[in-house]
Order: sequence, then structure tokens, then C-alpha cells
Amino acid sequence: MPWDEGLVNSLVYDKPDPSEGRVVSYVQAVNEALALALDSDPEVFVLGQGVDDPTAMFGTTKGLQSKFGSHRVFDTPLSEEAMMGVSAGAAMNGMRPVYMHNRPDFVLLAFNQLVTHAAKFHFMDNGQTTVPMVVWAAIGRGWGSGAQHSQAIHGMLLGVPGLKIVMPSTPYDAKGLLLSAILDNNPVCLFEHRWLMKKDGVVPEGFYRVPIGKGIYRRRGGDVTIVGASHAIELGMQAATQLAGEGIEADVIDLRTVKPIDEQIVLESLHNTGRLVVVDTAWMKGGLCAEIGCLAAEKGFPDLKAPVVRIGLPDVPAPAGFTLEQFYYPDAARIASAVRGLVRS
Amino acid sequence: MASNIRYPYKGQGDQGFDVFAGAHAPDALVGLYRAMLRIRLIEEEIERRYHQDQMKTPIHLVIGQEAAAVGCCSALRLSDLVYSSHRTHGAYLAKGGDLKMMLSEMHCRINGCVGSRGGSMHLIDKAVGMAGTSAIVGGVVPIAVGAALAIQMKREDRVVVVFIGDATTEEGVMAESLNFSALKKVPIVFFCENNFYSVQSPLATRQPARDIRAWAESHRMPALSVDGVNVLAVRDTVSKAVAHARAGRGPTFIEVPVYRFRAHGGAGDDSKTGYRDVAERAAWEAVDPLLLFRQFLARTAQLTDASVMHMEAEIASEIAGAFEHALASPNPTEADLYRHVYAD
Repeated sequence: MPWDEGLVNSLVYDKPDPSEGRVVSYVQAVNEALALALDSDPEVFVLGQGVDDPTAMFGTTKGLQSKFGSHRVFDTPLSEEAMMGVSAGAAMNGMRPVYMHNRPDFVLLAFNQLVTHAAKFHFMDNGQTTVPMVVWAAIGRGWGSGAQHSQAIHGMLLGVPGLKIVMPSTPYDAKGLLLSAILDNNPVCLFEHRWLMKKDGVVPEGFYRVPIGKGIYRRRGGDVTIVGASHAIELGMQAATQLAGEGIEADVIDLRTVKPIDEQIVLESLHNTGRLVVVDTAWMKGGLCAEIGCLAAEKGFPDLKAPVVRIGLPDVPAPAGFTLEQFYYPDAARIASAVRGLVRS
Repeated sequence: MASNIRYPYKGQGDQGFDVFAGAHAPDALVGLYRAMLRIRLIEEEIERRYHQDQMKTPIHLVIGQEAAAVGCCSALRLSDLVYSSHRTHGAYLAKGGDLKMMLSEMHCRINGCVGSRGGSMHLIDKAVGMAGTSAIVGGVVPIAVGAALAIQMKREDRVVVVFIGDATTEEGVMAESLNFSALKKVPIVFFCENNFYSVQSPLATRQPARDIRAWAESHRMPALSVDGVNVLAVRDTVSKAVAHARAGRGPTFIEVPVYRFRAHGGAGDDSKTGYRDVAERAAWEAVDPLLLFRQFLARTAQLTDASVMHMEAEIASEIAGAFEHALASPNPTEADLYRHVYAD
């Protein structure tokens, strides 16, 4: 059992309504997407440290090796840069690798291959080669994960042309976005959040896709726009529910994809509300918060009734200790408080 | 003078050809000479014109290293794949890459082999299996291993050769790639042209006096060393490695001592700046791969001065035509900049 299982098990989520469809766990949804992709396309293969071990990458790869064989689902040496390059090279030659990491921190070891090679080959060889690969990793948080096991690195990658980055917030999206990522002809980073993994949700059986590059309203309200992705949506929805009790109605936009950003949905909502709160699981500086804030300044300025508020991590590495973590990570109360400040200003 | 030669030639000179020559028809031998001569003359013409600044691209000339490129690629099929470091000219041409597209690329024209997105460090011609390059030392190595993995997974009858240099063996990803390729027994040949210098840093300031070949062998794969000025020896060694890979027996590492007669980049030699002794270059020029092979072919009465002159004239005409083509080719437009950032 992973060492943070206790923490993740202790999280409480709203139960989905079974009358709306089949309810499965987040992990099951990811597992189904991988199994469907492996089953339908012989070009797909899954690699990563521990994908075939008993914990099976939080359970997401459980049973895949026995079903599809050790040539298509396999463990790797601890050679992140080489394995990222191997994935790119295989993708450039007709395969569709899904390279899984249990933390994005390990992807940093492979930035040379991801940023300087995989993301650029299609451009550099004038479109002769495509690089259809998925880099999957689950953002950690809490239980002592600390500075080197809890980094959300999507902000660092927003400025890399050629990459796509998706960040699901529900089991439905986890399956549909992963299938879209695997079928995409570009390198796609899919960053999960460890805290979403015990969430259940309504997930159709069989194949479906959630489009990359399109956001979705999780909630409609005319007073303020809350934008984010991944676990930030969980916090944003909790805050919006609290605020509704006080008569403040929020639009909550789940970007689903953070690169390329669905600018239209953000600007549309901002046009209606005039107030923008950007929430992210990562650092505020130079990342998604900054990018959305800049979008509002550049293209939504006439609609802004108040300054944009960023809610993300301070310019500080993640602490490992429990008490310090409480000061570090934003929660629903902080989002709600920021919204109150905006609406009443 | 000899004491200034830090990295002496250790091969057998033109005596080294006899043992291999019997395996080849005379035409084939002359063909190998012509292929080397063609690369040499192309490189010399690029060098001669470089100061005109019409080729707005860095260049990394392979003058002195032609036997390695030609010997290696002559052991491959069209369908086999070559990946390369930044020093691409030799591998590109030896694998059969189109000269006009190469020169258009170097002149930043839209009909360059990669549409003016690459320049001389990224000469790619997928039609002939010149599959990819990287300007980051070692960067292309795992990609080549990945290509070999794809070949293995799809059960194709192809092999991959990756051209690397001595400095690549200092990159962590190189060790990672040797490890994984040996683990999975993928069909790849690591072709390590050891020219003793990385830019102006000699091997001795970068590595202890280790044996690169033995280091590679410790990853549990065959590791060979071959005289890089002997085109036939290179061809023979690569052929063995390729047969090994085709048989499903996995990777081979080949160390190929060679000498670049020019600077790391740009036109001309820079030995006079002092990082290597001019005498060292002169000693290697005495065993110029073209000179040695020509001496051997003349000694065995397979090549005359007249036929070399004829070849030179033919090649010069091809080169002149290719430069003319490049210079007459259109430049890209602004719209071209935005193409192929993402694939559909």
C-alpha cells in the first residue's frame, strides 16, 4: 500500500447519484481507459516504474500486464530521461506509448527529452514525424510528500510549444481525457491529482472521449468566475456551494486542458460576471494562475469589475510537515473568502 | 614533434585493407571510394562558400571522418534507420539523403529537407531512413533506442544505427540507453566516432583513461573497436553488428577512432588556438581515409588517377547544380513558421 494511502482514504467526497449511470472509482476509470486503448490498438503500450507491481500505479494499471502481456505493459529501469526518449522514439516510429510516473517530480528528470525532443520533433522535421505519446503522472500532496514528492509542474510546461497538458477533475474526465490523449498525435502530459483518486463518479462503459482544449462549466452563477483544473475544481466547487448559501453565485469553469487553454469559455464567463478568481494546484507565479490572469488583462479587461485574484501556492517549496502544510495549501475557505472580498468590493 | 601528439593513430594504414578487400567486387570498392570522395568534395565546397554567409547555419564538417559514415551506412539497407548527433552531414549523405534538399536546408529555403526548421544539425530524409538528429549531445540516443523498440514490437526486419561521439559516453542518458537496450535486446548499433575532442575539450580532461569499448561492454552487449580510417574495416564490423541485431540478439557498441581535420564548428581548422597540436592533425592527415583507400585501390590496380579525375568532375558538376538549385529556391513565408507545431 502506498504510504499516503491512509490520507487519501480519509478524504470524503459527495457520492454520485447511481440513477445517473454506472458509478465507478477514479482509479477504475483510468484503468478502463488503459485497457480499452490496449485492447483496441496494438500500437499502444504502457510503461513506467511499477506499472506491473502489486500496487499497480495506485491501481490504475491493475491486471493490464496479465491481460495484454509483458511486452505491452512493462516495468522500467530508473532511467527517466532515457525512458522518455525511448517513448518518443517509439512514438516517432508508429507506436503510442503511455509512460506513467507516480509523481510529476520524476518527469523533471526527463525534461530534456520531453521539452527539447518530444515536443519539438514534429516541428523540427517539418511535419514528417508525429510523436503520439502520453506522459502520465499523479501530483502528490500531504502525508509528508514534501518539496520533492508533491510538485505540480504544469506551470513550467505552459510555455513549451508542441506539448498539450490535460488535468482531469472527475472519473468521467479521467477516462475520457486519457483516451483522447492516447489518440492524440502529439505528446500529451496528463497530470492526475492523488487526492482525486478515491473519488467515485458516473462513468460510461466502453469508449468515449473528452475533447482536449475545451473547458466546461461545472456550475453556473452570475457573480464571479472561478477557473481551475484538477483538484482545484474540487475546492472551487466546495467554495461555490458555501457561497451560494450566502447569496453569491459562482461560475465554476473546469479547464480540463491547461495547454492549450480554452480562452473562449473563460472570457465568456468573465463577460457575464466581471470578477475572476483563478485557482491552481501549483505555484501562482509564472503558471496557470498567471496565464489566466494575463488572458483577462489582455482580452477581458473591459469586463473586469475588480482585480483578478490568484489562489495557488506561494513562492515557497512544499513543506513536509503536517502543520506547515495547513498554511501552505489553499482550501475552499480561502477561495470563498477571496470571492466575498471581490463581490463586496 | 611526436610528443605533442596526444591521440596518435593506432591502425594499420593502407595495409589494413587487404584482409577485407577479397569480400568485395572491384566495382563495390570503387563505389565506396566515390561515396567518400563525394562527401569530401561537398564538405569542401560548403567550407569554401561558408564565408559568403548565404548558408546562415552552423556547420559541423566531417572532413576526415568520411570512412566512418560511408563504411557504416554501406552496411545498411534503405529501410534501416540512422539517427545522428549534430554532426550530420556524413551520415545524411552516406545514408542516401538528397543533396539538393540538404543544401536548400543549409540556405534556409522552404524546400530544404526539413523546411528550414533544422539547418545543418538536423538533416533528415525519412525517405532513405535518415530518421532524426539532436543538437543536444546524447539526446538522440534514447530516441534511437525507442525506434529500435518499436521495430522489435512490430516485428519488422529493420535495424537502427545511432551515430554518437566520445563525449556522448559522458552523458547519463547514454548509460541509461545502453542498459535498457541490452535489457530488451532491441536491434540497435551504437556507432561511436571517437574523435578525441568535444568542441575544444580533449578526452583526457573529460574522462579518466578508461577504455570506452570496455565500458560499453560492461552493459552486457558486444562491444567492438574498429579503425575509423579504414572504410572496409568499418563496413565489416558494422555488418556483423547489424547481423547480430537482425537475428534478434540485441545491441552492439562500436568504438571508431577518427579525427576531424577541421574545427568543431565552422570552416577551417582551429588547432592553432592551442587546444590540440597542429602536428597531431598533420599525423592524422597522413592517414587520411581517402588517401589511404586510394593508395590501396591504386596498388591493387582497381583505380587510376584518370578515373579519380573523372569522378571528381562528375561530383563537382553535381555539387554545382545542387548549390545553384538551393540558391534559386524560395524562402519560407511567415505562414510557414506556424505550420507543424502540432500534428492534426
